[in-house]
Amino acid sequence: MQTKKLGINGIKIGLEAHCQLTALKTKLFCSCSANYRGKEPNTLVCPVCLGIPGSLPVLNLRAVESTIMVAFALNCKVSRRTFFFRKNYYYPDMSKNFQISQYDRAGGIPLSTDGNVYIHVDHKRKKINIRRVHIEEDPARLVYTGTIDTSPYTLIDYNRSGIALLEIVTDPGLSSPREARIFLQKLRSILEHLGVSDGGLEGAMRCDANISIVGGPRVEVKNISSFKEVERALNFEIARQKDLVSKGISVERETRHWDETRRVTISLRTKEEEHDYRYFPELDLIPINITKSWLTQLQSKMPELPDARRIRLIKQYGLPSYNAEVLTSDKSLADFFERCVKLGKAPKTVSNWLMTDVLRCLHDLNLELTEAKITPEQLVEMISLIEDGVISGKIAKMILWDMIKTGKSPRLIVEERGLVKISSREELESLIKQVCEENPKATEDALKDEKAIHFLIGKLMQKTRGRADPELVDKLIRTHLTLMKSRI
Amino acid sequence: MATQPCFLTAKEYIRKITTGEVSAMDCVSSVFERIRKVEDHVHSFITLTEEVALKKAREVDNKIIRGDRVGKLAGVPIAIKDNICTEGIRTTCSSQMLCNFIPPYDATVSQRIKEEDAVIIGKTNMDEFAMGTSTESSYFRPTHNPWELSRVAGGSSGGSAAAVAVGETILALGSDTGGSIRCPASFCSAVGLKPTYGLVSRFGLIAYANSLEQIGPITRDVYDCALLLSVIACYDPKDSTSVNMPQKDYTRFLANDVQGIKVGVPKEFFGVGTDPSVIKCLWNGIEKLEALGASYEEISLPNLAYSLPAYYLIAMSEASSNLARYDGVRYGFRVDRDDLDWSEAFSESRRIGFGTEVKRRIILGTYALSAGYYDRYYLKALKVRTLIRRDFEKAFRKFDVLIGPTMPIPPFEIGEKINDPLAMYMCDIDTVPINLAGCCGITIPCNFVNGLPIGMQIIGKPFDEEKILRVAYAFEQNTPFKNNRPSL
Repeated sequence: MQTKKLGINGIKIGLEAHCQLTALKTKLFCSCSANYRGKEPNTLVCPVCLGIPGSLPVLNLRAVESTIMVAFALNCKVSRRTFFFRKNYYYPDMSKNFQISQYDRAGGIPLSTDGNVYIHVDHKRKKINIRRVHIEEDPARLVYTGTIDTSPYTLIDYNRSGIALLEIVTDPGLSSPREARIFLQKLRSILEHLGVSDGGLEGAMRCDANISIVGGPRVEVKNISSFKEVERALNFEIARQKDLVSKGISVERETRHWDETRRVTISLRTKEEEHDYRYFPELDLIPINITKSWLTQLQSKMPELPDARRIRLIKQYGLPSYNAEVLTSDKSLADFFERCVKLGKAPKTVSNWLMTDVLRCLHDLNLELTEAKITPEQLVEMISLIEDGVISGKIAKMILWDMIKTGKSPRLIVEERGLVKISSREELESLIKQVCEENPKATEDALKDEKAIHFLIGKLMQKTRGRADPELVDKLIRTHLTLMKSRI
Repeated sequence: MATQPCFLTAKEYIRKITTGEVSAMDCVSSVFERIRKVEDHVHSFITLTEEVALKKAREVDNKIIRGDRVGKLAGVPIAIKDNICTEGIRTTCSSQMLCNFIPPYDATVSQRIKEEDAVIIGKTNMDEFAMGTSTESSYFRPTHNPWELSRVAGGSSGGSAAAVAVGETILALGSDTGGSIRCPASFCSAVGLKPTYGLVSRFGLIAYANSLEQIGPITRDVYDCALLLSVIACYDPKDSTSVNMPQKDYTRFLANDVQGIKVGVPKEFFGVGTDPSVIKCLWNGIEKLEALGASYEEISLPNLAYSLPAYYLIAMSEASSNLARYDGVRYGFRVDRDDLDWSEAFSESRRIGFGTEVKRRIILGTYALSAGYYDRYYLKALKVRTLIRRDFEKAFRKFDVLIGPTMPIPPFEIGEKINDPLAMYMCDIDTVPINLAGCCGITIPCNFVNGLPIGMQIIGKPFDEEKILRVAYAFEQNTPFKNNRPSL
């Protein structure tokens, strides 16, 4: 039966990622400041981005340069001549009721096309084809009270109107929500290595996804407001479509809206209600000629990208390929790593701490590394404390949480909380004595069976809140038990 | 009898003011006196700015008394078409949609004439959003032709042309998308020039069809036309379609000499529908030029036959997008009812805020850009446009200028064509090809038939304004029509 085969393999996902060029100082078509986050609403505006009658757009050439560099990084073909189109539709977030964008039909030429990116899924390399990378303007930000359905009014903040936005479109070559997430992570890392976009900023990277399950029609899911949400939204949508199919209901071709609060997709419009965007050339802007010398100049500005960096990390520091992959999937992580190594710590040790405990803490705290307060200097200090025998690895894991949250130095935390390792033989011996006296049954067992020793060690660790030097404890307990045995 | 100050040319006026013979205050006052006398019959203005004007006049007078440098248009009254933004002065586009719109900024041309010390006396009536040939589609009221009040002043810059002709101002600015400067100038026996696309900044001109339109001067004689053009023609980085050329003083090219000038006379300008009286006046004019030393030849521009449909398709398509921003959210007319959602509120604001002709063009333009029709209409119109441009290019390889009537008929009665859009559109047959081809064109008074003005159109190749001005100047110097005054 066909339905039984409905597995991961029948799934086709294509993404349309929208990434703000957050490194630009000004908007795409006017000289308003692009640094709108946290600013009083509607203060970074001018006649152009408000769509005041008579105003005209003037292209920010730096946005074109950033986009060309992104195109290089994604192995795209850069057009030698490109121009803008108007995408016409009415919506309250639009200042002109058309968006200045680019188009690949009706004679339009997007800035770049036909690229690819390799991602690593379960230790395998997979090629994802990029259809196009183009520039467009971000619409204004709509603010609802509650959700889109229930809000009695909508507020509009035009500070975001006209921010330079990249649109990066993939083929439907992704075959699971996880792959989609990994791809977007890679994309983000590439953009951050290029220094054109900071994916950690709220709303800086958003996406729409097209998804179909075996033979089914394509459903578009809009309003996925961060790359983190992608996996969740796509998992929901796959489950929904499978559920329909299992009930014998056919999936409809439609556009759905991801409701982040309720974590469901809701129908926005069906195929019949699709917008006709009436694309046509934006004649207020002249075509952009991209000369060879311009391309050469930009090519020379290309920084090291994640793939090259991964290979370098393997070669330079002897890291396992997997570690290098994880570290370079996030520019800030790779930077953090290299900084720690520069401060003199062993690459392997640093990479282990980052990849297991630091990442776990960040995940639990739902933080980006860039949002965390910990500095490379502090992680290095923490590793030194372990190496110098001041704290145990276990304590280190405990204080890491605090370091990430508060940015306090590990030494300070250790001192404040009295977490210095107990390495004094006398002190430990007396504690061992106490533990054995308090747990006579267990002590008896331990005398007969070595494995039971661990219970006593555990008790001791409990008593010292993990501060006891585990190696020394192990050694001393055994000595103590041998002594007891000899007395019997 | 000495000419009343309001009937002086700018050239005479500036001389009198700068030599202290008269004061700017007196002159501006006399213009407002004239306005008070005739405005009720003509309806040239939507907004008068007497207070600001008198203040500016006093400033200019003070500068002259102090011996400070004054601008090229020192103290000269100027009327501005109401689709050109003036900071702090209501700019309505003759539409209910913008009847409360006060621009927060100056159009580049407004800024330039202010810098040259011109005195803005008010904003002139026009067809709603410049869509019309008679100024009858104004939301406020039609403008009447000063030569015969029952007749139209032409359009869409009817207010500017009538005001110049009747002495309500000395200079005026209009805008020309398909004849909107030349038509009313011709109907009112004024001089009107449509500059080459890209010569004058469109920044601050409220768009109707942005790939076609230009701001240009309407004046009482050719010298003033050249003078005003010299002030407004300049490269503007705020308009990407503005061409970067050195600034010129066009008055320097005026010479009473057409010796050796080669004139092409396209037979398409004299086709069916052209009034015999117009044909007769034009041939008299051409023979006059021949007598002055020019030579002429009849030629054919075969693709001109398609210029009207191509023009209307392109203009309406662009208009449908350009006028999408009027939704009542940020400025302008708004239907504010709690029972409407955003989409209904947009529709309702547009239904009431726009007049019939504007809605007709938006609907037709939307249709032409729709999926499935784009190739058949919009793209085809663009191809025709290219063919027309080539016809002109070819003609200009042989001829210095082309000459034909500006309007195929003398000014018609108010109400005669307003309910017959096609008959109205037909009146643009001789003016739209120039916009499609991106050439420059000037209309000058060529004769009168039964007291009604007939205009001659002199067309030049792109950026050859100096030549059409020179031919126009020579014609004007050797004909008496400039000195005629309406009897009002």
